[in-house]
Amino acid sequence: MREPGFTADGTWVGASVKRKEDPRLLTGRARFVDDIHLPRMLHAQFVRSSVAAGEITSVDLSRVRDVPGVVAAFTAADLDLGDITAVLDRPRSEFVPTAMPVLARDRVRFVGEPIAIVLAEDAYAVEDGLEAAEVTYRAGTPVLSEEQALAPGAPLVHDEAADNVLLDVSMFATEGIDDIFADAPCVVSVRATTGRQNALPLETRGVVASWDARAGQLLVQTCTQVPHVVRTVLAGCLGRPENTVRVVVPDMGGGFGIKCVVGREEIAVAAASLRVGRPVKWIEDRKDALTASFLAREQRYQARAAFDEAGRILALDADVLCDMGAYSCYPFSAGIEPLMASAEMPGVYRVPAYRVRGRAITTNKAPTAPYRGVSRPQYVMVMERLFERAARELGLGPVEIRRRNLITTFPYTGVNGITYDPGSYLESLNLAERVLTEEGWYERQRELAGQGRFLGIGYSCFNERTGYGSDAFAKRRMAVVPGFDISEIRMDTSGTVVATTGTMSHGQSHETTMAQIVADRLGLDLDHVFIQQGDTDRVAYGWGTFASRSITIGGSAVGLAAGRLGDKLLHIGAHLLRTRPDNVELSGGRVRKCDDHTRSLSYVDIAEVAYLKAHLLPKDVDPGLTATASFDGIGDGTFSNASHGVVVELHAGTGQVEILRYACVEDCGVAINPQVVEGQARGGIAQGIAGALFEQVTYDEQGEPSAASFIDYKVPTACEIPDISIHHLETPSAFTGNGAKGVGEGGTIGAPAAVLNAVNDALRPTGVELDDTPITPERVLGALEVRWTTR
Amino acid sequence: MKPPPFGYHRARDVAGATALVAELGEDAKFLAGGQSLIPMMNFRLARPAHLVDIARLGELSFLRRDDDRLHVGALTTHHEVESAPDRSVRGFEVVREAMRWIGHLPIRTRGTAGGSLAHGDATAEWCLLAVLLDAEIVTASPRGSRVIPAGEAFLGFFTTLLEPDELIVEVVFPKPAPHAALTEFAERRGDFAIVAAAVDLDVAGGRVTGGRVVLGGVAPVPLRVPAAEALLGAGERADAELFAACGRAAAEAVDPPDGPGPGADYRRSLVRALVARACEEALAR
Repeated sequence: MREPGFTADGTWVGASVKRKEDPRLLTGRARFVDDIHLPRMLHAQFVRSSVAAGEITSVDLSRVRDVPGVVAAFTAADLDLGDITAVLDRPRSEFVPTAMPVLARDRVRFVGEPIAIVLAEDAYAVEDGLEAAEVTYRAGTPVLSEEQALAPGAPLVHDEAADNVLLDVSMFATEGIDDIFADAPCVVSVRATTGRQNALPLETRGVVASWDARAGQLLVQTCTQVPHVVRTVLAGCLGRPENTVRVVVPDMGGGFGIKCVVGREEIAVAAASLRVGRPVKWIEDRKDALTASFLAREQRYQARAAFDEAGRILALDADVLCDMGAYSCYPFSAGIEPLMASAEMPGVYRVPAYRVRGRAITTNKAPTAPYRGVSRPQYVMVMERLFERAARELGLGPVEIRRRNLITTFPYTGVNGITYDPGSYLESLNLAERVLTEEGWYERQRELAGQGRFLGIGYSCFNERTGYGSDAFAKRRMAVVPGFDISEIRMDTSGTVVATTGTMSHGQSHETTMAQIVADRLGLDLDHVFIQQGDTDRVAYGWGTFASRSITIGGSAVGLAAGRLGDKLLHIGAHLLRTRPDNVELSGGRVRKCDDHTRSLSYVDIAEVAYLKAHLLPKDVDPGLTATASFDGIGDGTFSNASHGVVVELHAGTGQVEILRYACVEDCGVAINPQVVEGQARGGIAQGIAGALFEQVTYDEQGEPSAASFIDYKVPTACEIPDISIHHLETPSAFTGNGAKGVGEGGTIGAPAAVLNAVNDALRPTGVELDDTPITPERVLGALEVRWTTR
Repeated sequence: MKPPPFGYHRARDVAGATALVAELGEDAKFLAGGQSLIPMMNFRLARPAHLVDIARLGELSFLRRDDDRLHVGALTTHHEVESAPDRSVRGFEVVREAMRWIGHLPIRTRGTAGGSLAHGDATAEWCLLAVLLDAEIVTASPRGSRVIPAGEAFLGFFTTLLEPDELIVEVVFPKPAPHAALTEFAERRGDFAIVAAAVDLDVAGGRVTGGRVVLGGVAPVPLRVPAAEALLGAGERADAELFAACGRAAAEAVDPPDGPGPGADYRRSLVRALVARACEEALAR
């Protein structure tokens, strides 16, 4: 890791500078939603459905209103709000739009669905109020699995979605693909399921809504990754002009995707606050966060791949089914997971023929939202299992078969129509293998095998599309199309700058990394650059943070705006220094003459003229020091890539999977701040390991979620996550302002495949292969064939 | 995740605490470290009308040797035991070492020996240790003091012999157990054990002349396993073969619950591995 401070060539970009956010976060001066206390503020919680499927026959809140401390309670009928409906511009045969009411009206579709909102003077009384609610149901038969959802005559979760299918797309279908499979010397298949997971930000969802009588505005302080999108939906549901709603985001403790969709609770709290004329706070408790928030990742793959004798893949055929739960999230819709998987599954490999069917089904479980990686952890896992299986069949080494199939010439346009910009697919795999080889893990494996112990080594190779622009997102055919970002930058009389970004850091250090970009463009000290985000009144309409778009798109926009401001500083400086515009440069917070460095003006000097002595400005320059720029993703975006190498030992007595070594070789182009990149990779890998080995949301036959606390939802702790070494390669992107590629999701994408391959490598002597996650100790022990039988 | 309304009372002494709980009736509970009771109240799974807080009864916080006996005051925290000096736990190292299996450090700095025994979780380290080492649980109530042998204390799932107004004041381990160990398995460090195994061996001249085996996670209460103990009483050589046989015998003898969560077969497998491991560790101590 590079030392904090400037890089060797004197730039901020590329240096692991200390995070500007940390002093306040580490000294208790940060402000999260739950730190906001307003005069007369009420506390809200939700009466939630106790049945997974059924009709609401009555909601009686009269006893709720009698509970000491309770101030008000509202049903859907009381608040009369518009629905949240995510729409894709696709025919009904491919996509069925379904409405998510803010509060359930006559039907409930999962245990935990909000039915009524209760407001009370404190957080205790409001829960007393919830207990006094009387809701009666005509319970129906819940649909809880693929089998139940697709069974003929199955109960329908949404009447408009026949067969409980929300999205059904068949794509690519290369001509002659069936003949390729029929003639291929080697065909392998994988059936894999992945557990339903919770993205689990440390900070649960939350909102404080209040009416600003002076501004005539509803102020909504909420922890969202998408402030403007929340404003748009809020205004729509409330039937208000959008300018009368202001969304402000304070510090955030994570999001990982579940906060890039609009939550119905956010809307209900705002509406309730308007009704009672008092500020209202809602902080989601952990039980609700685990059971009634947005979940992700429950998928089933049935995949086949054909190979020639040399181990080159000839064709890929996949059926992807994603259990999206009860509702379609806004704005991405229930199509998000199957569309991602279908479009991108070939990944880093040269796959000449491809066919895929992707489906989203609806079930009576909590709904889903994008979660870090979105489908890529799953399809990468399936691809990597296909290659491992083919390697075994063909007698090839697992690394060798990958080498023969990785894309090595760029740009490469795949069978899926995506053009991949340059990356280090082969180089990263070679380095990951070298790291584990040089550390002696292969020798250790042979040694322990002799002692009857189970050591396994596994790899994964993947890329991550980042910087989706409007054109790339348009291919998803969402009714609203994210993509661009706008930055406005302003230097004031102190010579410091504030740059806005429409992206929203929920832990990714935008205040630092974007400031590094601006500081370089303007020759400024990092302490003189401030980033403004998360306020719809102060920041131009932006799409927020998801899909690893912040540095690639937001960072590029910030850089462009800073460049324009720099041009203005140069123009004014040259005029005041009485020289040609091409004879000045920006350096050290000054405009300097190139041919005489002793002649310069500080930015404070220039700002004084721009604001306080505007009569001295060149005639063609407006007063003030402001600039605006926008940036949109180019083409198919830019792909970061990585290879992970993992060593595990399986413990014979307990089935425990112990990760002995984790090496990540990542390439995100130019790393703006390598330490931040490593933090992203480590956190992502931890979440990937969580999916591979630990976490799963399950339901009983009635649709009751089984994990309402961390006792049962087994998020791994620091004790379960190994040390992770991170190695950087750098293939700069030609498509972004600084050559950076997005890096927010990579760790999560690569970890399940690498861990699963390592476990299966260790299981090799048993002949058992495990393709479903999470791989619990119980399943490992079963595979090790030491299961106790009393027979 | 906020508790329903309850009355809060702070006790000044043991007699006052038990008298107050007796007076307040069955809906009153003693509050010690609060590491189990308070989360249950937050989930509204427990709804005591009154809490009688005994946390400030300093006289219940001690770790004391009395010849061969080890006395642990009811309010002694897991962490205080975990960090006890060698001399005060000599011969009872198993008690100190077992503490590291309890939750996480913040929990251990609040949770207490007496609280854990009174809660009666069948996988709880204190409950297993008490049964393993034939501890005496000393209690106080308005009717006076009594001593409950640990082997009789646990009646069923989270159910003990304690009366509602009966307060544990100390637990006494009657004689040193130099060759004893407790081990567990859970998916995550600090979780409740799926299976916990505690073993106390009598070792003489390289041979095992007797032993006790107690399991958690296979029955509603900490379970002694006579079938496994029988193997340890035959004077066999103390080696891996004997310990593996002991593990197998224990696994054969138990009838663990089959889910939700880990299945019966898996728990039995764990019993087999963990009993053998505990024996190895006990011998090595």
